[in-house]
Amino acid sequence: MKVAVEVNGVAYERDVEARTLLVFLLRDEIGLTGTNVGCDTTSCGACTVLLDGESVKSCTVLAAQADGRSITTIEGLAKGEELHPMQRAFREHHGLQCGYCTPGMVMAAVSLVAENPDVDERQVREGLEGNLCRCTGYHNIVAAVLDAARSSREGAW
Amino acid sequence: MIPVMFDYVRVGSLDEAIGALSEHGDEAKLLAGGHSLLPLMKLRLATPSVLVDIGRLSELSYVRDQGDHVAIGALTRHHDVQHDSVAVTQAPLLANVAGRIGDPQVRHRGTIGGSLAHADPASDLPGAVLALGGTLVARGPNGEREIPATQFFEGFLETTLAPDEVLVEIRVPKATAGHSYQKFVRRSQDWAIVGVAVARVGGQVGVSLVNVAATPVRAVAVEEALSSGASAADAAEVAAEGLQPSGDNNATPEFRRHLARVLTRRALVEAGL
Amino acid sequence: MSILGNRVLRKEDQKFLTTGGTYVEDLALEGAVHVVYVRSPMAHARIRSIDPSEALESPGVVAVFTAQDIDLAPMPPGAPFANTTMTRPWLADGVVRFVGDMVAAVVAETREQAVDASELVFVDYEILPPVVDPATAADNETLVHEDAGTNVVMRIPEDFVAAGIMPAEAAQEPADLFDGCEVVIRQRMVNQRVAPCPLEVRASVAKWEDGHLTHWSTTQAPHGVKAGLVEMFDLGAEQVRVIAPDVGGGFGAKIGGYPEELLVPWIARRVGRPTRWVETRSESMMTLGHGRAQIQDAELGGTRDGKLLGYKLSVVQDSGAYPNFGAFLPAMTRLMLTGVYDITKAAFSSCSVATNTNPTVAYRGAGRPEATAAIERMVDIFANEIGMDPAELRRKNLVGKDRFPFTSATGTTYDIGDYEGALDRVLEAAGYAELRAEQRRRRESGDAKQIGIGLSTYVEVTNGIPGSEFGAVEVLADGKARVRTGTSPHGQGHVTAWAMLVADQLGIPVEDVEVIHGDTDEVPRGVGTFGSKSLQSGGVAVYQASEQVVEQAKKLAADLLEANPNDIELDKEHRRFHVAGTPSVTKSWAELVEASGEEGLSAEVDFEAPGPTFPFGAHIVVAEVDTETGQVVIERIVAVDDAGRLMNPLIAEGQVHGGLAQGVAQALMEEMCYDDQGNPVTANLADYAFVSAVELPSFETHQMETPTPINPLGAKGIGESGTIGSTPAVQNAVVDALWHLGVRHVDMPTTPIRVWSAIKEAREAR
Repeated sequence: MKVAVEVNGVAYERDVEARTLLVFLLRDEIGLTGTNVGCDTTSCGACTVLLDGESVKSCTVLAAQADGRSITTIEGLAKGEELHPMQRAFREHHGLQCGYCTPGMVMAAVSLVAENPDVDERQVREGLEGNLCRCTGYHNIVAAVLDAARSSREGAW
Repeated sequence: MIPVMFDYVRVGSLDEAIGALSEHGDEAKLLAGGHSLLPLMKLRLATPSVLVDIGRLSELSYVRDQGDHVAIGALTRHHDVQHDSVAVTQAPLLANVAGRIGDPQVRHRGTIGGSLAHADPASDLPGAVLALGGTLVARGPNGEREIPATQFFEGFLETTLAPDEVLVEIRVPKATAGHSYQKFVRRSQDWAIVGVAVARVGGQVGVSLVNVAATPVRAVAVEEALSSGASAADAAEVAAEGLQPSGDNNATPEFRRHLARVLTRRALVEAGL
Repeated sequence: MSILGNRVLRKEDQKFLTTGGTYVEDLALEGAVHVVYVRSPMAHARIRSIDPSEALESPGVVAVFTAQDIDLAPMPPGAPFANTTMTRPWLADGVVRFVGDMVAAVVAETREQAVDASELVFVDYEILPPVVDPATAADNETLVHEDAGTNVVMRIPEDFVAAGIMPAEAAQEPADLFDGCEVVIRQRMVNQRVAPCPLEVRASVAKWEDGHLTHWSTTQAPHGVKAGLVEMFDLGAEQVRVIAPDVGGGFGAKIGGYPEELLVPWIARRVGRPTRWVETRSESMMTLGHGRAQIQDAELGGTRDGKLLGYKLSVVQDSGAYPNFGAFLPAMTRLMLTGVYDITKAAFSSCSVATNTNPTVAYRGAGRPEATAAIERMVDIFANEIGMDPAELRRKNLVGKDRFPFTSATGTTYDIGDYEGALDRVLEAAGYAELRAEQRRRRESGDAKQIGIGLSTYVEVTNGIPGSEFGAVEVLADGKARVRTGTSPHGQGHVTAWAMLVADQLGIPVEDVEVIHGDTDEVPRGVGTFGSKSLQSGGVAVYQASEQVVEQAKKLAADLLEANPNDIELDKEHRRFHVAGTPSVTKSWAELVEASGEEGLSAEVDFEAPGPTFPFGAHIVVAEVDTETGQVVIERIVAVDDAGRLMNPLIAEGQVHGGLAQGVAQALMEEMCYDDQGNPVTANLADYAFVSAVELPSFETHQMETPTPINPLGAKGIGESGTIGSTPAVQNAVVDALWHLGVRHVDMPTTPIRVWSAIKEAREAR
């Protein structure tokens, strides 16, 4: 079946099986491999992208369900050379080590702060409950998100 | 990770959906948010041959103040139930519980109708709707019918919906007095090991228990004790009456019964009783 | 002004944050086929028959292989001393020995087709009784390997004595072990099996071209994998290239070659197509090596006024069905047996056994967390037994800072330490006295939520396995630098840290220093990254190579400037060489490279440290325990860690954070469980309690720096310290919260049901 999506502002049309998951449409059919697969039980969040602006786990969305929709992946966050404040904050706070959870974590965080720029630490931790990381212990990720939220409140986004 | 192959049908109307279900019977499953069904299909624990995608029926996504009750369209996402001002002010237990399901990404996709129709006894919303004494509205080839929540959940992953019926609306009485949802988990994103929902509707208290049986159950003994004037602490003591919860890696049946009592007491207290 | 010791942001991050890294799964190879392994759903069974016929008819299927197709020499034994009759076959040969054991390989055009076809391989099993409990495996009632005649894989001290690496007398338990002890306490503890859970699962890709093999692997040790492939296929070194591109975490479980990974090149050669394998998380939970899995019987003796005199630990190590490094972990436990304490009499024995479960391997700490967890638990129990504050009991028995190098009762020589300094620091940082006061208040008021304060003082060994590591530095024609390192980082930040080492010596800025790793064509030799060894081996190699390059450059500059090399100075800030006293006449790096002609400006070093190093620290955890539900909430984690001189505190802290999270997770929530039929019960990330951000607080970390004399950088390893210190601190905190209720021990993980059961039992016993 044909599926047409807009990803990071670019239109794509691909022929896929009905059972093709959105994450595999992005990775295998479109070639955007930034979004990763970390589990098979919708637990880890490594596959998080924005679907019409909201964070979703792309491993639990059929490509067919995203037909005609707009998707943002990690590759679409920066504006050319200029990093998104969330990306910048992750770097400044050493919020990544192996990098595998990072694209999903960043997209989940972007969605979280967009919905609530006034997040406090507890809300950041709860807001990232669906994103697992094995390397960082979350400490620096939380610091990065709080920092990015502050810059959002200051209008930097 | 890879589901078994299936045919996919996206319907443009409720009637089309009902038609597709009638045509394919047991072989078809409805796809709304997909966050109950797709995880099972990815592990090949569910292998429907036809998926009927009703996810675009936006006319089924709403939260409405209907005077004496709140009506929620079956395709309303958990995130929307959590944040909608009518839900938050008129059915706060439901809004609260919706916000406890899974994680934010799951809540952006999962729907109240999908969760209720899937009827996993460990899921949160069935317990809340049951405590509120809600009504489920289903539509089939023969029209619409109303099913009280107390008659909706039949068994493990089983409801009284006919194979060709679509759940379209959930109605809950307005309940703005104290409420509580005690969800006992290991990790924040997990299913409840045991959950207790308390709603105060009119002068009555509804108490329901999550993950202590094959369906969510009303803690009838607790409710009766409260109506006879028992204190929260005393009423909670009978929360486990008649329960035969299962054991698993997280809890023995005895521990579940104990948690039912403790969490019921805490829920009643939080609800102002 | 050295750059070393500064919080330099990572160069790696740009890529990970914008396009994501390039992991093995991301590689698309033209014309590749996909492999899915058919795995046993039984823990122990005889294979009566395998019928691949329906699978072969399935769309897109290229081949189905079983054991009889594999024409390779057997896999090498998984661990030192491992019983070679327990060697793992490539594919199960007549018997399956754990749930997940590989039975067949299905090869198809697409992954979907391979998955579909894998369900059509019909295997007829004759179920055999499994042996799942390591405690009774050595009874040999049911054997995992018939031919072995036993389930015992290795014993310490017996096997060490037989191999001549331990004198027979040292193996004897001292007859006077507990002489003079007024108090001897005994406790059985379980250091439970856990799953490493790197966020990236395993993947393996292979491509042959004219007899040359390129193999992409999610390994922590690409050169080791290459050596294995050279041997496997009887190739010349120039015919094999192994590439570990970005790797999404390893934690010890991705060091060695698994049959899943190594069969991919074999399949690729057999079918004549590039071949890809990517496991699912469920597969990984079942078959990526597990960690820990020790049953420990400990005895600690001392005087009533708190002098610890004797300690004994007996361990049963669960090795799983095909013994791997996991079987060897007790040797590491024995190394660090007495920890930070000056206990002169100690005895250790272990028995590693096979069971019908997934093999155990090294996992963050690899044997040392087990040692620390055991003694720290025992010290707490002893303290409570004699009515002494646990911090004071520790203080009384710590090895003093003037005693180094210190040789422990098990013959391990620690380089340098300041254990009392770490203890003082953590007590102060935590506000210990106020915490005890709060605890008293809640005990008096009978609050349903009690506070527990858990302490641990630890020392651990890093770079424990002898060997050298490779580092090369070259200055390029444009004046930038290039490093080739034998280390294989997968999150540890070597690209930044090694660039800092070069920048420190050469003055070339970090952004102009390229660091190459993970490609055996680009890096001639190497060991890899594990055991917290990289900085003190590979980092030193890079540092020394940098020094040599500077010396070469000075000689060249001396020629060009017609001076004595001893009079040449490198102005690092301006990256120019000049004669001392004549700063205006200079030569740049680029000019010197040009002048060096064919020779170039480069150096290679194989650095072997004269010995391991011993980072140490003290952790305090404050836990709130809900005595009605057994729920434990971690309120504070205060960690003092000393890993010698820190090259980049930002990266070092990150390593501590990750270690703390995994340590807390083991104590609090994670356990890889099997039922009594050998079925894995926690075989996905929904069932396995992989800790999330909600269960952890922000950490309070404090770094001490006591430089080690062992290497020129004064650096020890830090990657595993967090895990080693925090696990017993959490467990001690939970028990501490309940001691007044009569609870003296709760096994890990301290789940609500365990905590509640312990409280109930203690109450009923009164």
